[in-house]
Amino acid sequence: MSLLRTFDTGMRGLLGHRLRSILTTLGILFGVAAVICTVGIGTASADSVNSSIAALGTNLLTVSPGSTVSFGVRGGAGSANTLTMDDVAGLEDKQDAPDISAVAPVVSGTATLVSTSSNESTTVQGTTASWLAANARALSSGVFVTSKEVQKHAQVVVLGATTASDLNAVVGDQVTINGNPFQVIGILTSSGSTGFTNNDDLAVIPITTAQDEVTGGSPNSVQRILLSATSSATIGSAYLEADQLLLQTHHITNTASADFNITSASTLASTAASVTTTLTILLASVAAISLLVGGIGVMNIMLVSVTERTQEIGLRKALGATPRDLLRQFLIEAATLSFVGGVLGVAAALLAGFLVPRLANIAVTITATPVIIAVAVAAGVGLIFGVYPAARAARLAPIAALRAE
Amino acid sequence: MATEIIRLVDVTKIYGDGDATVRAVDGVSLLVHEGDFIAVMGPSGSGKSTLMHILGCLDVPTSGEYRFAGEDVARMNERELASIRNRRIGFVFQQFHLLSSMSAWRNVELPLLYRTAHERKQTALNALAQVGLSGRVQHRPNQLSGGQQQRVAIARALVTDPTMILADEPTGNLDSRASREVLDILTGLNKSGHTIVLITHDPIVASVAERVVEMADGHLRERVAA
Repeated sequence: MSLLRTFDTGMRGLLGHRLRSILTTLGILFGVAAVICTVGIGTASADSVNSSIAALGTNLLTVSPGSTVSFGVRGGAGSANTLTMDDVAGLEDKQDAPDISAVAPVVSGTATLVSTSSNESTTVQGTTASWLAANARALSSGVFVTSKEVQKHAQVVVLGATTASDLNAVVGDQVTINGNPFQVIGILTSSGSTGFTNNDDLAVIPITTAQDEVTGGSPNSVQRILLSATSSATIGSAYLEADQLLLQTHHITNTASADFNITSASTLASTAASVTTTLTILLASVAAISLLVGGIGVMNIMLVSVTERTQEIGLRKALGATPRDLLRQFLIEAATLSFVGGVLGVAAALLAGFLVPRLANIAVTITATPVIIAVAVAAGVGLIFGVYPAARAARLAPIAALRAE
Repeated sequence: MATEIIRLVDVTKIYGDGDATVRAVDGVSLLVHEGDFIAVMGPSGSGKSTLMHILGCLDVPTSGEYRFAGEDVARMNERELASIRNRRIGFVFQQFHLLSSMSAWRNVELPLLYRTAHERKQTALNALAQVGLSGRVQHRPNQLSGGQQQRVAIARALVTDPTMILADEPTGNLDSRASREVLDILTGLNKSGHTIVLITHDPIVASVAERVVEMADGHLRERVAA
């Protein structure tokens, strides 16, 4: 039998069993589309996690006090109060630290804020004008604390988005912090939460005022220093510059006994990277399972159809078909179904990738690898389970096949 | 003397093994010439179906010699057997065995797909005309009566112009009128030179044949006309 005629016979076989052909095609279609979409959603959420970490500022460094050593007993990290406004001044020096673009000292404590309508307990951060730049934050309304207000111990406050809405306060309103009256001069834009910290629930006031009225302590001492590198590429050199400067000003020669720690958001980024990897593995397993389930569906339809067609195989053999003719016919049928199902599956996935982000707030990023793997596996399952049982049936004695029920 | 089509010499077919062996066909010898119309009669279980499968090259004997048109079937491989079935034998089954998804003429065309054939559609239409179904060529099997389905099956058997038509209980699923039509067609085909082997349990059906042989318990016996 010629190849062309076999092809014709195969197509006629498919059209003759329309429902079965449609079901098989659908099985492959959904398997392929599910895998592509699942991996697409996984890729997109990994991207989104990465970009929200980038938004936190991967060029942000935090200097915190190290442990104290008193009489040979080492205290816990942060037990020392070793950072001072002199360190801040040193780090601001563009000569010594060219890769550091903003330096903001921070003291913080918890205080009760009272507005005309409610009261809230929140974190109060005392800082300088550079805080906004060092934290990569922005204002949704009003202005930030100025250097002049820091010098004058001004009673002004900038509220986080959550705090402002909780207090029902807008720019120009009066609130009290621990009983002292403050004027609201600005509201920060929302920046979401990182882990357990809500970055929108806070109040920012001049560092001098904070030392007076919230945290107490020596006016020269600060709890943390926030640094921002000029770009994420220079974060390494900014780190080294800060380390060098602080070792120098603290008169420390042995780096192991440094009384401060410098951490960066890139530490967070690497943690996030491992979380993302886990997420990707999880989604890939889900995708693999859906592919397996789709494959078993295709396998079932193919096996059932071959059993059902054993009589047809017997008849064709009686009429003079050789096992090779039959094998080719089933190969063409299975290949066509797999191909059509695969192509439609990819098309459906592309359509979903286009529609889903527009209809629901879910991002889908379709990449080549899952498309190739999904189509290859679906086509392989279709071919193997379409051809193998048919090949076995084709080897039966014609009369045995003809009498099969 | 007419050409010899079938020569069976001491053919035996055994199924199963050990104590469960069944000698479905036991030492059968038979000679059929071109143009003969022979009926093989016997009750169910007599081994006549097994004999038919051997005659039709659908099954091979356990022992004995089978020559079809002078060729030794026992020595043929699967491809050669397929070729013999395709070129030399036309089958008519009790259950018709039409493919339900195809129209009448597509069913008749089937054997032509497994050989080199030109103008397959015209050949198939001619065969349908021969069995009086020119008006039903596009009908699916389920749109045809039992008698019409069996006529389509006969058209499929004769479309390749085979040496022999092998009919296994062709009237088994038909009423008496349809049976009559089918038997008339077979008689007509025999008159135009086709060798016909008819397998049946029904003496009335067998009576249309020129020669009747009887199967009982695997043995074959010539029936002498009364």
